[in-house]
Amino acid sequence: MTNETLSQYANLGVYSAMAVLTIAMIAFAIDLAGTAPKMSSDRPRKAAGVAMMLTRLGGLLLVAAAALRGLSVHRPPLGNMFEFALVGCMFVIVVFVAISLRRDLRWLGLFVIGPVLLTLGLAITVFYTDASELLPSLKSVWLVIHVTVATFSVALFTIAFSVTILHLVQTWLEAQEPEGMSRLRTTVTTALPPARSLDRTAYGLHVVAFPLWTFTLIAGAIWAEQAWGHYWNWDPKEVWTFVIWVVYAAYLHARATTGWTPRAANYLALAGYGCILVNYMVVNVYFVGQHSYSGM
Amino acid sequence: MTESRMDTRPDESDVTQPTLGPVGMMRWAWRQLTSMRTALFLLLLLAIGAVPGSIWPQRNIDAGRVADYLASHRSTGPWLDRLGFFDVYSSSWFAAIYLLLFVSLVGCVVPRSKIHWRAMRAQPPRAPSRLERLPEHGEIEVDGAPEDVLRVAQEVLKGRHGLGRFSRVRSDGLSLSAESGYLRETGNLVFHAALIVVIVAVAVGHLFGWRGDRILVTGKSFSNTISAYDTFDPGPWVDTEGLSPFTVAVDRLDVTFEERAGGAQRGAPRDFTAYTRTQTSPLAPQVNQILKVNGPLKFGGASVFLLGNGYAPVITVRDAKGQVLLREATPFLPQDANYKSVGAVKVSAASPKQLGFFGFFLPSEYLDMDSGPSSFFPDLKNPALALGVYEGELYPQGRPQSVYTLSTEKMTQLKNSQGEALRLLLKPGQTAQLPDGRGSITFDSVQRWAGLSIRYDPGKVLALSGAVAALLGLIASLMIRRRRVFVRVRPVGRRTVVSIGGLAKGEDPGLGATIEDLLSAITERTGTKV
Ligand code: HEM
Repeated sequence: MTNETLSQYANLGVYSAMAVLTIAMIAFAIDLAGTAPKMSSDRPRKAAGVAMMLTRLGGLLLVAAAALRGLSVHRPPLGNMFEFALVGCMFVIVVFVAISLRRDLRWLGLFVIGPVLLTLGLAITVFYTDASELLPSLKSVWLVIHVTVATFSVALFTIAFSVTILHLVQTWLEAQEPEGMSRLRTTVTTALPPARSLDRTAYGLHVVAFPLWTFTLIAGAIWAEQAWGHYWNWDPKEVWTFVIWVVYAAYLHARATTGWTPRAANYLALAGYGCILVNYMVVNVYFVGQHSYSGM
Repeated sequence: MTESRMDTRPDESDVTQPTLGPVGMMRWAWRQLTSMRTALFLLLLLAIGAVPGSIWPQRNIDAGRVADYLASHRSTGPWLDRLGFFDVYSSSWFAAIYLLLFVSLVGCVVPRSKIHWRAMRAQPPRAPSRLERLPEHGEIEVDGAPEDVLRVAQEVLKGRHGLGRFSRVRSDGLSLSAESGYLRETGNLVFHAALIVVIVAVAVGHLFGWRGDRILVTGKSFSNTISAYDTFDPGPWVDTEGLSPFTVAVDRLDVTFEERAGGAQRGAPRDFTAYTRTQTSPLAPQVNQILKVNGPLKFGGASVFLLGNGYAPVITVRDAKGQVLLREATPFLPQDANYKSVGAVKVSAASPKQLGFFGFFLPSEYLDMDSGPSSFFPDLKNPALALGVYEGELYPQGRPQSVYTLSTEKMTQLKNSQGEALRLLLKPGQTAQLPDGRGSITFDSVQRWAGLSIRYDPGKVLALSGAVAALLGLIASLMIRRRRVFVRVRPVGRRTVVSIGGLAKGEDPGLGATIEDLLSAITERTGTKV
């Protein structure tokens, strides 16, 4: 049983969040473009202030949209790709806002909201699924536990991915001669924190996300055991969850192995994120797995 | 920097120098295998090796799709098959990767545990002579004599209410070394050791576990013996005679499908519930239990899962005199989301030639222009049977065959009066006469069947324990900071200069703040006015 009106309101929430976040993104971009001269003069960064406020508002709208979607189907909104995307984006913004309460993340806003808008756009058009009940196999507390944590850790990996990319860009810019640099490059390199600090931030995010992903893997196995009778059957979804886990484990190893520079290790982190994208976009849509219960 | 090691990582520097002689070579190979670099390489290889199993169909999941793939890729298919691409996770090359990783893991955990065990009981190393060279450093001047100040520093480092976490402190009058975060290394070792436990648990499950599948029509029961299963798949070391003797009867199966939503969601399954009567042994009392998709029945270590369902039309076949040759609920296998199902009825008692019926059961029948009789909904809205009729020899040479298909090599299809293949379309209660006095077929009613899967995996508790231990170890390994702090005191007139240096393993953005806290705690406790 579903409530159409509520799910319409949920969609409205998504659209308004997208509108608010678009303005926030533009404001973040204006702020970054103007940071270089302001850095020295200590002038307030008005555009960034506006952007931060709008991001919080956008976050609230996404929380509301997810809650309405959940209410409209009487269950956690984690049953199909549209819902994963919505809740994932909500987590990204919420985590971003939460961290920014303690640390200055104004440099990161643009690079977090960009991917979120892209995902929301895809979610509401390509992945959109009418509000409806769940398949019997999905009716389990482990759905809530497993998928919530999975979505949350993907949100962390997403932010970590953006920071990692910025780290690679900044490393490259720092290696350039300051004199010969174009204005754009100068702007970027002054607007971003130093490469070392970016690297540390990215590592910190990965280190929180990885145990959460490990938990996701274990919870998924427990749930599979209850629903299908085997905790591990190398279903495509399981394969990719495992591949992601192994690649990020390799990343953590690479960081601890002498002879691997942080930059080289960071390429592994990017590969890990590539696997997350494959898991979400390719595996869900194209690979035949164990999600049909029509027969044996 | 300091004499004793802060981590137990295998030393990468000496692995590249082979020593002469066979023993040296062996030792060199072993060092290579247990090095971090090899572990990293094997991890990446494992990730890459796992991928083909998600791209190509796998026999352990869907043997039918593998057969289809081989049939449609006649040139590449056999090669892929030879390379194990349809059994990736039981292929020898995949096993080679994880066994090497396993050996590498053991070879890495054991020596590291030894080093860590010694490190935990050893004194922290002496303070280096020049603390300002350490990554973090701070210095202040406080009131009080050097010995008193050092004692205060020690209290702060050790005390619960102070910084509290420096479990080992070594003091030699004018300097002091403290170390915290041994649990980081402990956690890391627990993590790696627990991975070994998980791998062992998976192997136990593989060797001693079994699974069996059974399609059970409502109203029937089955007992847990090999012969009762449609398919039975034991591990190599399973005692197949000693299965626990439980029985399960399915009295009723309730099935709900999505009726309201439109689009792709229409007809999606919503709820499957089987009402069962079970006995743990032939003499035990009967118990009524509910079996659902996420709620298996448990019998000791074995669990019964509801993994599928379908329809079993009850069909009666009579000969020309009206004698019943066969009356049976015959399970048909669903082919699509609307439960268009295939099945066969084999009447070996028919004479002079045996009769076989083959075709579809349609829970909600309609006639599709392209594909003939089809179903528009998975529930029973307009049930019908669409069958073709064959006569001849059902079991040529007694070869085993699927109960859902007819092998028609030695059979001919019956024709109607116009000379076309005879097609019967029956609704419940209807009877069709077969041509030329071959008798009749009646579609009496429809029952449902439950697809039961029974699994026994003696390794799963161990696997879960290992996984949980790994997770806890991992959290400790990533969240706890391993730090060394050195304090040196030096008299300056009646006051004392305190110099503090800090060293951490890996990234530790909080180390500087810890040293500042330490300095201000010492200032406060010595009663120094700022
Ligand atoms: C020969 C085998 C292995 C060796 C020599 C090895 C070595 C190590 C060492 C020394 C660390 C500590 C790094 C640090 O704390 O900075 C570590 C951490 C770690 N290892 Fe392994 N390991 C091996 C196998 C594995 C395997 C098979 C996995 C599982 C996928 C794994 C996953 C991890 C993880 C996730 C960490 C945490 C990284 C961190 O502390 O920053 N290791 N490994």
